[in-house]
Amino acid sequence: MRDLLDDHWQTLLALVLLAGFALSEAAGGGSFYISLSTRVAILAIAGIGLNIALGYGGMVSFGHAAFFGLGGYAAGVAVHHAFEGSNFLDGPIAVSGSGELLTGLVAAGVTGLAAALFIGVFSLRTSGIYFIMITLAFAQMLYYFAISFPTYGGEDGLPLYSRATLLGLDLSGDMTYFTVCYLVLVTAVILSALITGSRFGAVLNGLRENETRMIAIGFHPFRYRLTAFMVSAAMTAVAGALYVHLDGFVSPSNMSWHRSGDLIVIVILGGVARTPGPIFGAAALIAMETVLGDFTERWQFFLGLVLLGIVLFARGGLSGLLDRAAAALGLGPLGKQPDSEKDRARDRRQPGEVRDA
Amino acid sequence: MPETPLVISGLTKSFGALKAVDNVSLDVRDREIHAIIGPNGAGKSSLVNLISGLIVPDAGAVAFFGRDITRLPAPDRARLGLNRTFQISNLIANRSVVENVMLAVQSHAGSSFRFIRPFATDKRLRETALHHLGRVGLAERSGVVVAALSHGERRQLELAVALAMAPKVLLLDEPMAGLGPEDSAQVIELLATLREELGILLIEHDMDAVFALADRISVLVYGAVLTTDTPDEVRRSPAVREAYLGEEA
Repeated sequence: MRDLLDDHWQTLLALVLLAGFALSEAAGGGSFYISLSTRVAILAIAGIGLNIALGYGGMVSFGHAAFFGLGGYAAGVAVHHAFEGSNFLDGPIAVSGSGELLTGLVAAGVTGLAAALFIGVFSLRTSGIYFIMITLAFAQMLYYFAISFPTYGGEDGLPLYSRATLLGLDLSGDMTYFTVCYLVLVTAVILSALITGSRFGAVLNGLRENETRMIAIGFHPFRYRLTAFMVSAAMTAVAGALYVHLDGFVSPSNMSWHRSGDLIVIVILGGVARTPGPIFGAAALIAMETVLGDFTERWQFFLGLVLLGIVLFARGGLSGLLDRAAAALGLGPLGKQPDSEKDRARDRRQPGEVRDA
Repeated sequence: MPETPLVISGLTKSFGALKAVDNVSLDVRDREIHAIIGPNGAGKSSLVNLISGLIVPDAGAVAFFGRDITRLPAPDRARLGLNRTFQISNLIANRSVVENVMLAVQSHAGSSFRFIRPFATDKRLRETALHHLGRVGLAERSGVVVAALSHGERRQLELAVALAMAPKVLLLDEPMAGLGPEDSAQVIELLATLREELGILLIEHDMDAVFALADRISVLVYGAVLTTDTPDEVRRSPAVREAYLGEEA
């Protein structure tokens, strides 16, 4: 347990800051900070999902918007049918809509798993730049499908007339909905920390570090990567579902490659393969969008500068900077060297072609 | 009669115009050390890669205790007990020494689809791993991150990882490369002990070690087996002297 705290002080810090930010306004009765915080929480969940594939698994998916968007459609469509009183599926097995958030989240998660199974089976046969391109291609295919499929609004998207309820609890209050998203975020953080620290996580890390070694001790890379890819996609899909209810709108643009880019930016800004990374990353992205966006429409220019700075001078992202700050302040175990720093000293050589699966 | 642990026949592999391994047939019997020597570029490492399944042969067959494993993927061969070390240390650099061995223990004797319980504090994996580290003399360094290990220690760790797979046949690709005399002596002693338990295919440049350990020696030149014989016969063979030891016959 002590180890857990040592490793995750940043996670606790990030969660406390986020809650504090939202609460700071709750007293005054405003809702702007709360909605910002909710957005951060949701994007952080998506980033935590992506981080499992990209950070821990070394699978640079440029198509996670597909899962984010599909999760959104799954949840949105459920509420849409519930509102209309129509069925999602007719015939011998009729599936009606549902105004229950849990149903929407489960539907989103299952959709994410299924889509990742399909996409992963094809794309995980490749690696490196080809993997990036294939995941992008799948996501764009789904994006154009969503745009041209009229039942759920096509290009115009699908407005939702009511937010889902949670076991009868009305979620239309901003603070209530933030609390729900926050709890899902906490769950995602814990799951991510557990999974990456587990036996499975050790295999995933080994595959990222040295695939040949792992093959030589009896691991089939494909099985573990596919599993990680599916878990990653499911988390991102759940975030997509929460996002749709925040906006009250299912937008196909959530599936576009811009969104995939945002998610990668969140992971890299925050710190690759760090549990709290995506929370910091999402907060930084939203903060820049909000603050700089007030001054100029071209705020992404400055986002680009910050990204450059991070990639060139602070590879560990914001989490890495916090580590260094803690170390400089002499906070001992808090300044623990992150994995990503140790990674510099890696020594990998691949003899010949590697046979897989 | 029990099956011969490892029989390879007619194994051939070309890289472009280069025949790296050319119609190689040899076997490893139970409790013997079969050494392979040959000049640089003779195809020794390619041969190990072919046998362990990392590369696919153009022709030929590999049989493990009578079972044809020519088309078996590398991870499955490793799980059967056909295990190897690498010429250039090939380890998980961001993990500790003991964790590298624990991964092999996990692969051999545990399930890897466990998502909740922490890996690093898994007692069962750790104890078995420490046992294997003790065999290679690396137990005191168990907590050190691999990136911080010396070259010699990495060679020892390679061996410990292979041992943790409970091998029935070991393929050792220059286990003594770059080791000082003291470390070499330690590895020679370990290999002599291991010979009592299993068959070993030993690729090694250290001739003292080879002639001290080997029951049989195959000489590989330009990817082909020149001869397979006892150390004494190989030492006397004029063809070997000419091709490899570089002396006039």
